[in-house]
Amino acid sequence: MLTAVGEVLTHKKYGEHFHSLTIVAPQIGEQVAPGQFVNVASDTDRSFILRRPFSVYRVHKRGGWAATIEIVFDIRGPGTKHLSQARAHDTVGLLGPCGQGFKLPAQRSHCLLIGGGIGAAPLFFLADELRNEGHRVDVIMGARSIHRLLNAIDVRRLASVSRITTEDGSMGQEGVVTDVIDDMVERCSTDIVYACGPHPMLAAVAQMCNERTLPLQVAVEELMACGYGVCMTCVVPVRTGSTRSGSDERVYARVCTEGPVFDGATVCWFENEDRVTPEQAAPSTGGAPARTNTDAAQQAELAPPGN
Amino acid sequence: MASLAAELGPVALRSPVLLASGTFGAGREGERFVELSQLGGIIVKSMTATPWKGKPTPRMCETPSGMLNAIGIQNKGVDYFLAEDLPWLRRQGATVFASIAGNSVREFVKVADKLRTGGRGIAGVELNISCPNLEDQSNMFAHSAESTAAVTSAVVTAIPRVPVFAKLSPNVTSLVEIAEAALSAGAAGLSLINTVFGMAIDVEGRVPKLAGTIGGLSGPAIRPVAVRAVHEVHRAFPEAPIIGQGGIASASDALELVLAGATAVAVGTANFINPRAALEVTQGIEAYMERHGVASVGELVGAVKL
Repeated sequence: MLTAVGEVLTHKKYGEHFHSLTIVAPQIGEQVAPGQFVNVASDTDRSFILRRPFSVYRVHKRGGWAATIEIVFDIRGPGTKHLSQARAHDTVGLLGPCGQGFKLPAQRSHCLLIGGGIGAAPLFFLADELRNEGHRVDVIMGARSIHRLLNAIDVRRLASVSRITTEDGSMGQEGVVTDVIDDMVERCSTDIVYACGPHPMLAAVAQMCNERTLPLQVAVEELMACGYGVCMTCVVPVRTGSTRSGSDERVYARVCTEGPVFDGATVCWFENEDRVTPEQAAPSTGGAPARTNTDAAQQAELAPPGN
Repeated sequence: MASLAAELGPVALRSPVLLASGTFGAGREGERFVELSQLGGIIVKSMTATPWKGKPTPRMCETPSGMLNAIGIQNKGVDYFLAEDLPWLRRQGATVFASIAGNSVREFVKVADKLRTGGRGIAGVELNISCPNLEDQSNMFAHSAESTAAVTSAVVTAIPRVPVFAKLSPNVTSLVEIAEAALSAGAAGLSLINTVFGMAIDVEGRVPKLAGTIGGLSGPAIRPVAVRAVHEVHRAFPEAPIIGQGGIASASDALELVLAGATAVAVGTANFINPRAALEVTQGIEAYMERHGVASVGELVGAVKL
């Protein structure tokens, strides 16, 4: 992890809602692994003082002299609004690569990647790496609507088998990602699941994987300030032993340091009863932030890796 | 050559710039960014007699020029600090202030007892009697002169050889009265200020933005409150060493607090944005001293022209 000043190479718009920044960041680009994130300082002398964490969507290493990283986001508050106005040659402060990335399988495996909305961003980087290592990649991508799906065309390109779900039926199957998990797992002979997206979606996916004893790695979101382990704000409750060992000791682990990728079986998904209840989690597994009964726009701005 | 050395009461500091409690852990996470031996010292994250789990999330929300937090002093306890963090800190050559917290005088004394027997090399103790995130928010020690005196004198008695700094809350009617209580009870000095009570509401969902409802406001937003607090207390007790803290992000911010009367300063929330903030503040103070022909940082303490 290091601090660096990155130069914006391009700013692109993906569809109606999503912005993309490709940033020249030679050292971070060389070091970053799928699932890790960067904490971005958009500017100084502004009233929104904190960095914004973004998981890395794509990396181009370019032989080590001018590696770039790409982040994608939608506008959720003043920080992302400001970043959405960045143009080529603007500079941004970067801290990264932060946190623990996804663990790649030791043996050739069939990997099912499940993403929700813009939270699916790190799965594209992961899919590239998995394919490079010779693993099979299948993908389920869900969102509220076609406008909230991240790069559905690339999903088809990356995956051996892919399924799209939207809550309004505007693309793919009408419904949520969990509707098609059983079908996909059977069809693809899935060995391991990787998931990334809003908390309720992850909770529902974790429950299904647990019941089917499928290994699951999740990249979780939580509101965050520092990104390097000192502020203690971005915690999630995790069991210190595995569920299978029956241990029930729980600690708050830092998403920025011990995470953002966790073993799905160790996360206590319903610890914060007032925040996410099982009732809320079950039906809203589509994509966009649904962790409370509002769309929690401002609140979610500082949460990686779904941005 | 300007000298950054500062005398914080009985504690000799190589520089007046410290890291504020709860904003840099025990220094290990920031090792790649900051050599602790280059700073005045580190006030480690508050420790309690037993490990504390902390509060549920959301623990944080950004507010204009600041942030609110309700973390609930998540920490691994004093035993972990003594076994793991302190030996590491001493190897770094860091000047270490142990911040202690608890829900009762007894809990404070428990930690102090352990520091007395196992905390060789600690430069000072900071009493976190002003954290807004304890179970009983209405009953903060630093809200009452009697409670402040009681906990201060109990800890001073428990760990008599180590200077004790009471960290006070700005959320009081008469800060000078509380400061007097802490000093008369044996505190070697004061830390001013802890976070300011605050609250933010998500209007769409009509729920508090923090799981803990009320939290502590920090960052540049509270700096004028800190400057005022240090100024008031320094005017009342010019001899009392003060660690000024609250919204310091630059050398000029730190110098405001020094000119108001702080002997040393602590950089807090700025660490979350820039892990090297305290080093940059130190360099900036040195540059200021050279620019103004100031030989010793002590000349600036309380030197605001009124």
